[in-house]
Amino acid sequence: MSVLELEDLKVHFPIRSGVVFDRTVGHVHAVDGVSLSVETGSTYGLVGESGCGKTTLGRAVLRLVDITSGHVRFEGTDLAGLSGEEMRRRRSRLQMVFQDPLGSLDPRQNVESILAEGLEVHGIGQSRADRRTKIVDTLERVGLASNALSRYPHEFSGGQRQRIGIARALVLEPDVIICDEPVSALDVSVQAQVLNLLEELQSAFGLTYLVIAHDLAVVRHISDVIGVMYLGGLVEEAGADELYADPMHPYTKALLSAVPIPDPVVEDAREQILIPGDLPSPSSPPSGCRFHTRCPWRQPERCDTERPELREVAPGHRVACHYAEEIRAGELRSRSADVAAGTPPPA
Amino acid sequence: MALLTVDNLSVTFTGNNQRPVRAVDGVSFGMDEGEVLGLVGESGCGKSVTSLALMGLLPTRGVEVGGRVHFDGTDVLSLPSRRLRDMRGSQLAMIFQDPLSSLNPVVPIGRQVTETLRRHKGMRGRAARDRAAELLDRVGIPDPARRLTEYPHQLSGGMRQRALIAMAVACAPRLLIADEPTTALDVTIQAQILDLLGELARSEGTSLLMITHDLGVVAGLCDNINVLYAGRVIEVSSRKQLFASPHHPYTAGLLGSVPRLDAPRGEALTPIRGSINDTIDWDDGCAFAPRCDHYTMECLTGTPELVRAGEGHQHRCVNPVNLDPGSAHADRPDPVAEGGNVR
Amino acid sequence: MTLGTDRVNKVDRLAELTARRDGDAEGASLLRETFGRLRRSPMALSGAVIVGAFLFVAVIAPFVAPYEPGAQLWGREVMPNQNVFVGPRAENWFGLDHLGRDQLSRMLVGARNSLLVGVVATLLGFTVGAMLGGVAGAAVSLGRAWGRRLDAVIMRFIDMMLAIPALLIAVSIAAILGPSLPTVMVAVGLAQVPIFARLLRGSMLAQSHSDYVLAATALGVRRPRIVRSHILPNSLGPVIVQATLTLATAIIEAAALSYLGFGNPDPATPDWGAMLADAQRFLVGAPELAMYPAVAIIITALGFTLLGEAMRESLDPKLRK
Repeated sequence: MSVLELEDLKVHFPIRSGVVFDRTVGHVHAVDGVSLSVETGSTYGLVGESGCGKTTLGRAVLRLVDITSGHVRFEGTDLAGLSGEEMRRRRSRLQMVFQDPLGSLDPRQNVESILAEGLEVHGIGQSRADRRTKIVDTLERVGLASNALSRYPHEFSGGQRQRIGIARALVLEPDVIICDEPVSALDVSVQAQVLNLLEELQSAFGLTYLVIAHDLAVVRHISDVIGVMYLGGLVEEAGADELYADPMHPYTKALLSAVPIPDPVVEDAREQILIPGDLPSPSSPPSGCRFHTRCPWRQPERCDTERPELREVAPGHRVACHYAEEIRAGELRSRSADVAAGTPPPA
Repeated sequence: MALLTVDNLSVTFTGNNQRPVRAVDGVSFGMDEGEVLGLVGESGCGKSVTSLALMGLLPTRGVEVGGRVHFDGTDVLSLPSRRLRDMRGSQLAMIFQDPLSSLNPVVPIGRQVTETLRRHKGMRGRAARDRAAELLDRVGIPDPARRLTEYPHQLSGGMRQRALIAMAVACAPRLLIADEPTTALDVTIQAQILDLLGELARSEGTSLLMITHDLGVVAGLCDNINVLYAGRVIEVSSRKQLFASPHHPYTAGLLGSVPRLDAPRGEALTPIRGSINDTIDWDDGCAFAPRCDHYTMECLTGTPELVRAGEGHQHRCVNPVNLDPGSAHADRPDPVAEGGNVR
Repeated sequence: MTLGTDRVNKVDRLAELTARRDGDAEGASLLRETFGRLRRSPMALSGAVIVGAFLFVAVIAPFVAPYEPGAQLWGREVMPNQNVFVGPRAENWFGLDHLGRDQLSRMLVGARNSLLVGVVATLLGFTVGAMLGGVAGAAVSLGRAWGRRLDAVIMRFIDMMLAIPALLIAVSIAAILGPSLPTVMVAVGLAQVPIFARLLRGSMLAQSHSDYVLAATALGVRRPRIVRSHILPNSLGPVIVQATLTLATAIIEAAALSYLGFGNPDPATPDWGAMLADAQRFLVGAPELAMYPAVAIIITALGFTLLGEAMRESLDPKLRK
């Protein structure tokens, strides 16, 4: 059963100009019609490069940014239609872990008051002592000793701070945790600690994760289902193994081949699909397929004019590309000659 | 002949009324002409400070630099600043992590590129402009003539990094130092830049010192790799050997803690415990001991030395792992059983 | 058992070596760390010593001043018209002023008035400014349409205040209240209001975009509580630093207004600015009369500036480790 369902979610930020009167001169299409659903107890990984709208999407689910249109259904309730106060009360069930572990902790609060704040505003726990027991338990769960209670964020290392951030979310006993780049600010040797902790907590509490990250290796490691975003839209969605073994969207292929693998033997044997150019501006996205300006398999006419729908090509595998099957079958030749069309990178 | 020799380099920051911090603690390595060398380590291991010391870019106040750095036979550290400035840009060049803050925001790209040409090559006017356009074209910036007149903020992150590379290679330097050149970039752009750097090094014969925290980045690019921990080189190896059989537990731990894209799913990560703050002084023992799974009493008495373990492979560990080549991703061997016969 | 003790030895040794590196105390709040850093900063120390000394003098002035500051005890010894002045001597360490009053006593009592004007004016500017800026900042941070409108109204008002020079305000207030010490206080204080208001509002806006505010929202904390317990406390640092720096300028400005004659006309309550104004007429005959208050003003301002700069430095997040 899916606990979280997004339907045609759109978040457009107005671009304002003018000194005295605000005039809206355009919109940034940060999230532009995303539909996906997250199964209870599973991990949905959302991957994409900076500017693709993945962070905005995560925040929109929690209504931390205003939703322009579309629906976010949490256990059947449309969060987009809730009043501010109703949404606020629901926040104990949907929590978030942030990218910057130091910046997301108030420097003036010690660990106890950071963790107590959520409990207080949701009226959890009878007394201070009651809450403290709960806080100490949670700290222990995330691998921090109880002597951390009276200490301040700046006194911890990056990994420990992220543990505090996880504990802050966890102490409210949420159903869903949205992890926005949970490890990208951490040292390599510490990333694994946090990833393992997230997995451990998931199996212990039956948590559902929406993990947002730019690092495909991290996302693949932790997720059951992966969605690839490009310029505000989902271009491909598949099970984690399926996506790696059989990527169908040209962008996914390029992304997979660009991720460096710490193994020279694999690196030397790999064929890279280098996509030229940069991300177009999300305030004036290209017509038709958003990726057509950089796509090595672009076909005349259709790709420039018609925006491809996300369609199911195999059970649980959705792609937004007009020519996904043809590319896989090798019927289309890519524009760059050195790209072997359709073959996944060697495992 | 070695192009660059770094011998026992140490850098100590002595802030006012603070305990001195030794960022680099006796780093030694050498680079041959045309070699691509990777300097790998996490934040705080001293890799960036090392590169700044090589370029002579450390502030003179509050910093004590020890040891020797020879570039093509010249001692860089004792060079008068005038000579050093001549050398920087023409023989030694550097690109940084953040391309936006390394470019002057109020000067057009073209002027910033021609400035190097004017300074070191004495090129002027039309000739300098043409050469600058050629350089931008060389690093893969489309429509170079127009880009010359644009300002840094008009370029995307990847284009800025390309422009910086163009400036760095303008005078065909013999050594290019790249300090985390792709960390601020997206992965598809990173692939473009790494491709460009590798291609430049190969075709122009430039030596490239690649400084990064990402083992994946060096795996495809570097001939040899030095791994740094707490200001010292702890493992030296050719790239194939390093990834096939890392001998230092830290290197092995790093490899075990990054999720690999091509690994079967569900394979558990084996993190290194603690953080970079959990360390002891090298004078007292092995700085990695507090995080090491199999340290012994020996690790806590006296500084471990770099030990040779095969052709071009050295490590600074009393109880090395993976001594039997080929057991790349095998479980860590029992340190007592394997480590006993090393020294 | 030997294996067991080996292990214990090993762990003990490691603990000992790790402890040798970091001996930091537990649970030090940022505030306490800041104070710790301030205590070790030579800049802060010298600033504090100067400010402390002058404050001490200001407090005890009436009890230690050797003579009545307004009494013309040696009136006949000084003849400014004939350029006859009395310099430092055993009974008057700083000499006599142009009316034959003891210059030392006037300086001491003047310290009290000058500092009082500076402190009260700063407090006034700080309170009013922080209130306006705080309301504007809070209104925006609450994130409603009416909040943005309220903010716009307050900020346009602040902009108008900024456009009027302090001197003009002083003249207008003097016209209403007459020249007096409170006139100077109000004028100098009002001139500082826009600075404090803008600073606090800007600082609050910056904080309201920070990650921990987003985190608190995600936690389900109500907006007013976020403003009260997260945004406001974290925004006060730069404002307090500014207040310390403002004390220096307030003393100088107060002196300037006194000098121009907006201060207390009563000769029995001297202040450094008025003394400077008096001495100015005899700059040729007795330059030392102007020197004393001028140097005192400069040193006090320097003390506050040193203290403020040191505070700014120790609050700077970039220097935090």
